[in-house]
Amino acid sequence: MEQLLEILRSMHPDVDFSAAMDLIDDGILDSLDIVTLVTEINSVFDVTIPAEEIVPENFNSADALMALINKLDEE
Amino acid sequence: MNLKKRILIAVCAILVITLILSFLQLLVVPKYRSNPEGAMIGEYYDQAGGHDVIFVGDCEVYESIVPATLWEEYGISSYVRGSAQQLVWQSYYLLEETFRYEKPRAVVFNVLALKYGTPQSEAFNRMTLDGMKWSTSKWKAIQASMTEEEHFLDYVFPLLRFHSRITQLTAEDFQYAFDAPAVSQSGYLMQTNIVPMTEAEEEGRTLSDYTLPESAMNYLEQMRLLCEKNGAELILMKAPTNSWAYWWYEEWEEQICTYAEEKNLSYYNFIPLCEEIGIDWNTDTYDAGVHLNVYGAEKLSRYFGALLQSAHHIPDRRSEAETSARWQERMDAYRKQKIQLEKE
Amino acid sequence: MRFTSYEFLGFLVLLFPLYYLVPKKWQWGVLLAASYLFYAFAGWDCILFILLTTLSSYGVACWIGWRASAEETYLACHREEMDKERRKAYKAKEKKRRFHILLLGLVFNFGILAVLKYTGFAMSGFNQILNVIGQGTLEIPDLLLPMGISFYTFQTMGYLIDVYRAKTKVERNPARLALFTAFFPQLVQGPISRHSDLAEQLYMPHSFDRKEFIFGLQRILWGYFKKLVIADRILIAMKTLLADPEEYRGGYVVMLILLYSVEIYADFTGGIDITIGIAQALGMKLRENFNRPFSSHSTKEYWNRWHITMGSWFTDYVFYPLSVCKPMMKLSKWSRAHLGNSLGKRVPVYLATTVTWFLTGLWHGAGANFIVWGLLNCLVILVSQELEPLYARFRRRFPNLSSSNGYGKFMAVRTFLLMGLIRSLDCYRNVGTTFRLWGSMLTVWNWGELPKGMLRLGLGVADYVIILGGCLIMASVSVMSAKRGLRERLYQHPVLSWVLCGGLLIAVLLLGAYGIGYDASQFIYDQF
Repeated sequence: MEQLLEILRSMHPDVDFSAAMDLIDDGILDSLDIVTLVTEINSVFDVTIPAEEIVPENFNSADALMALINKLDEE
Repeated sequence: MNLKKRILIAVCAILVITLILSFLQLLVVPKYRSNPEGAMIGEYYDQAGGHDVIFVGDCEVYESIVPATLWEEYGISSYVRGSAQQLVWQSYYLLEETFRYEKPRAVVFNVLALKYGTPQSEAFNRMTLDGMKWSTSKWKAIQASMTEEEHFLDYVFPLLRFHSRITQLTAEDFQYAFDAPAVSQSGYLMQTNIVPMTEAEEEGRTLSDYTLPESAMNYLEQMRLLCEKNGAELILMKAPTNSWAYWWYEEWEEQICTYAEEKNLSYYNFIPLCEEIGIDWNTDTYDAGVHLNVYGAEKLSRYFGALLQSAHHIPDRRSEAETSARWQERMDAYRKQKIQLEKE
Repeated sequence: MRFTSYEFLGFLVLLFPLYYLVPKKWQWGVLLAASYLFYAFAGWDCILFILLTTLSSYGVACWIGWRASAEETYLACHREEMDKERRKAYKAKEKKRRFHILLLGLVFNFGILAVLKYTGFAMSGFNQILNVIGQGTLEIPDLLLPMGISFYTFQTMGYLIDVYRAKTKVERNPARLALFTAFFPQLVQGPISRHSDLAEQLYMPHSFDRKEFIFGLQRILWGYFKKLVIADRILIAMKTLLADPEEYRGGYVVMLILLYSVEIYADFTGGIDITIGIAQALGMKLRENFNRPFSSHSTKEYWNRWHITMGSWFTDYVFYPLSVCKPMMKLSKWSRAHLGNSLGKRVPVYLATTVTWFLTGLWHGAGANFIVWGLLNCLVILVSQELEPLYARFRRRFPNLSSSNGYGKFMAVRTFLLMGLIRSLDCYRNVGTTFRLWGSMLTVWNWGELPKGMLRLGLGVADYVIILGGCLIMASVSVMSAKRGLRERLYQHPVLSWVLCGGLLIAVLLLGAYGIGYDASQFIYDQF
């Protein structure tokens, strides 16, 4: 989780990612950020997030994202 | 808010909107003052009834036939239902409509329009059709006349056609929105200018086909039957002209003669009779030989009136008090306009 | 049958009562018949292509759905004997199989689109090469371009991909899928709907809801106002300006950019208003396609507010899959290793962005100008992305200025002008001409003649007044509806609402640039 937050903070230092719940719906993360995030996660967690998982529900908060990573890791 | 109140408001609103739109429509439709050709058809209804002769056709009737002269000289009560480039089916439907208002003894049709077998121009259509009152005749006339770009709805609601004039309104549009004085004298459109013909035309341009369109001839036949049914004699005429643009070809003449002979109709071509009538192309035309001016038209009417009286037995009604009184008014108006135009 | 034709209005007048009077289970059938009737007006031969897309998508979607349920059954039956590894391998194999089926559907349908829309463009390019090497030229065939093909192909392919991703249900009834593909209000210019948003609404019964119906009609009227009064009026001047573009340089180019911005906004959003209004009157809610685009502070934001459904289609179905696919991940790793972390991390993102914008440009039209247009948009987005740290520093340095209202307005105006500039590429339709004319804005100083010159484009003072008034009305409606519930509030005041709608109706009928009479010279005849 800490690793994930670190990635997020490196992209937007001014956002408190541990509390934010609407990263997509509030427009904090845009499509370029999301793709950067997916590639970062790929290199750090060795998990590939497929395109169909890129939906607001999975990217709206750090918790949701972590859950997604764990789910994909298990499969 | 309850439904009843909402409906009431809606009904009132629709009424108000309709009223505003109707008023705007009156404003934007052209008043045809500087180009009076579009105003004449609508002027008939105030004077309908009691005519023995009705003229139908294009500019060659409303610039050549003077009902005032026919009355003055022969006591013939007549009216011209002509309009710019009136096509033969438009003449037919105008006639169909006219028979609902009155039963003339004779109908005179000018044959030039027979050269057109298909709808020609939107502007001319509007000038002929907009003036007509709503009836099945108008409906059918519109259907027969529309060019490809036109819509029937534009005739039902002229606002749709003329809305763009809202930015070009003039004082005229306000002045004549509700009521406009007549521009014609019993359907005759007076021209007092003299523009002499410079050079006599030798012949018209060569055409690829000299056959008068079948559809046009069909309407002529329909017109004949319509007159027959209504007890009116159909007479054909060709007004004098001397312009290549309105050239009357030998071949056309032959076809009309054949038709007239076949159906036992009288046909008068006035072109070869110009000298006999006394038309002087130096003084009797307002546009260098295309149309007659009032001096030429009066001459022609005098000549034609004699024929109508002698050969077609159109009665002299000058002794009838009521008709006489009506015509007295029209004569006054005619003379007044002539003096006024001559002054200008 | 264009939206602005009497026929279309008559079509709606007949459709609405029919739709609410027939038994509810027939409603979607009525819509299907209406949609095909609407489509038939564009030409019977076009129907062939939309049927081809519908049927092929129907087949492919059912096939994918059948494979997916077969996989589930298989896994359920063999749960005991399979370990995790084998399950994973089996799933991967099945997924690949489904992907191949999807690919078949995509290639076939995008193939139709590509052949019909881009053959001419591709061949003229090919001819240029032939010319250079002196091999003569090929004759470019004149192919029919079915109405709305870009839109219905994209919407239907979105459905296929969603079926593959298990994001939406497979449609088992071909007639229903036909309605989803051909739903007439959005056939001509979008919005591009998602199957999961639209399908259920299309098929479910709708009872007449007076309020929704009135809202729908109001929205249609508003759309016609924008389209007829503003957009089509500007069109007259645009036609003159574009008939001989090199004649109108310098200041005229600026005027063209401004006029075209207003025209395309009024035209496009007006059309979408009509579409969404019709759907609303039928009891359906379509996705909004615009969200006050001219208030955007940046190009990126602009593209989140302008033609939203197209943008999100490209993001979801092109940009994401492209940027997270395996080769891209490999490229990412490679570039990080070789180019350093900071630069390397950008390579795949930027590559995917560029490809997406290239395709977006191509989607808009077959022409070099559209491609350049797409790539310029891309360039602006990437440059501003690169400058982001600079902006951030600026914001930290001048927090008051950067958060002030005026600065926001400045950014909105800047974005508006920049987008307008790039957009003029699809006016001039020629890259060279466009660049030359852009240059002329700096070199040709002809502002003095503009006041007179603008009146020679076919528009009079009255027309410009109407356009300006229309812009003011559009702007105020936009601001007011940003505070939600403009129509809701109006609904509580029926008199005021009738006054406004009546005024709008009269304005459309009177001031709309429609009909043969629009050109005044057509009316005043001077043959005598």
